Amino acid sequence: MSAHTITLRGRGIVGGCAEGEALVTHETISGWGGIDPMTGTIIETHHELRGVSFKDKVLVFPGAKGSSGWSNAFHMTRLTNSAPKAMVFNIMNTKIALGAVVTHAPSVTELDQDPLSVIETGDWVKVDGDRGVVEVTKRARSL
Amino acid sequence: MKLTDGEKAMLDGSCGPGKQKAMELLVRYAEALGAERFVDTNNVAGVPGSSSLFLQNYYKQRAGNGDYETIFSLYDLDSDIVVPVPKASSYCCHLQGGMDPELWPAQGMSREAYDHFREDEAEVASHGIQLLKTCTPYLAGNVPVKGEHCAWMESSAVVFLNSVIGARTNTEGRESTSAATITGKIPDWGFHRDEYRFGTHAIEVEVPVESVMDWGMLGYFVGEAVEENIPVITGACGQPNLIRHKHFGAAAASSGGVEMYHIVGSTPEAATREMAFGPRKPVATVKYGAAERRAVYDRLNSNGSDTNVDYVMLGCPHYSIEQLWEVARLLEGKKIRSGCSLWIFTSRAVKSTADLNGYTKTIQDAGGLLMTDTCSAIARAVPQGTKVVALDSAKQSHYLPAIMGIEAWFGTTEDCIQAALTGRWNGDLA
Repeated sequence: MSAHTITLRGRGIVGGCAEGEALVTHETISGWGGIDPMTGTIIETHHELRGVSFKDKVLVFPGAKGSSGWSNAFHMTRLTNSAPKAMVFNIMNTKIALGAVVTHAPSVTELDQDPLSVIETGDWVKVDGDRGVVEVTKRARSL
Repeated sequence: MKLTDGEKAMLDGSCGPGKQKAMELLVRYAEALGAERFVDTNNVAGVPGSSSLFLQNYYKQRAGNGDYETIFSLYDLDSDIVVPVPKASSYCCHLQGGMDPELWPAQGMSREAYDHFREDEAEVASHGIQLLKTCTPYLAGNVPVKGEHCAWMESSAVVFLNSVIGARTNTEGRESTSAATITGKIPDWGFHRDEYRFGTHAIEVEVPVESVMDWGMLGYFVGEAVEENIPVITGACGQPNLIRHKHFGAAAASSGGVEMYHIVGSTPEAATREMAFGPRKPVATVKYGAAERRAVYDRLNSNGSDTNVDYVMLGCPHYSIEQLWEVARLLEGKKIRSGCSLWIFTSRAVKSTADLNGYTKTIQDAGGLLMTDTCSAIARAVPQGTKVVALDSAKQSHYLPAIMGIEAWFGTTEDCIQAALTGRWNGDLA
């Protein structure tokens, strides 16, 4: 069982370094009304991660959608210790830019490979928001 | 970033610590976006310094104080120190809030929460911020003009502002609008720029879209189809009025993240299809026909199974006076069924007209309540024991069942009033 590591390079938008287990979704995430800021759990009715919490995970997702309360909802998760450890995403918009800034979670975007195809839930991910580097160690899988 | 001398002066502290902390946040935000400069704004819609009991207690425990200045500094401006809060230098209105100023006991709010609400409101007013208390500022006195650079929160208001009015804003957040209020600056990115506002997706409407419910359904469909891109709508959809735009945009901003749309021949930047797309070619063409209409109706009703309705909520986004007139006509001389509640939400400005016109009394006489400032999703307030709600808003149907864990039916305003009068859901797709 050898660890297989992949390095992605992009643009850091919130500095600092953090690492943790990846939680990956191919669906955009709503902030206000889409997550419970007290627990970091996704509550949106039709979401593939409904009922799953991103607390202490490295959240890998396409981007932010929905209410302008996105930044406020993620900001709140920092206060309730339910925030993701880091964020890796593809689509820039004002919701995620402001949300990542006030959540203080190291965040990287504009990566040279699509993080949604490289990273799977359970992989170990190191995010360096200062250098814009995401290092992925694939989870060992039994054959 | 390229900063002007005035912006540099705010950033280096020459204009005081409040503006300095606000500029620091705006610079971090603008750099995250990749913006190169700021644009001046004198029209902000936000919720500056507004605080829940959670925030007050949080900062009381950790910073020794949960007052307006502490929350505005440490939360709104994401500052590491508490700074004196400057008065607004840009015209700013306060969006919706957490409770009705009079009917809060019916909403299940505590006296303590109400007292804090009043204190907050006094602070907001004393800082020069207009207490419009609505998600529809454009129905309560703040109507921007075409081309005006704004910094607005509230996704349904943002999409209305860009698409129907032709003014310019991104979907701002609490922290950026609070910072903009005291600096008059917002990142020059996204919808502030001409090249960003052209259509990306073609939506071809093949079934007649006429009723408000149909416009809400089309919006919900379009949001799912284009996510946060810019749809250009052509086909059998005629000339929607303000209410239809309000419900369409709110729905599209909820199921997707639509911040701007074009309806060819109707919205101001879409006199023609060519004008709407500008230099872009549509990346996809999506058809909305009878099958799509049926599918979106079923999806909006997928949270309903029990036809016994105990709550009817109207006013998402906040009802216009025309909608209150319609409801008053439907309720005239009738009584809401015992065991069922009807709450209708609007702004204080619109309610004052409803009071004058007798609509508030008509609603009360029927057994309903006309509330202001908030809604069930924002206040997390439904009548005690609510299990099944009926709604005429696709946006509220998207959020309320998820937030409150209740069943929901979606239909026309008339379906909803019928449910309030009979206690039964009888809506169907005509």
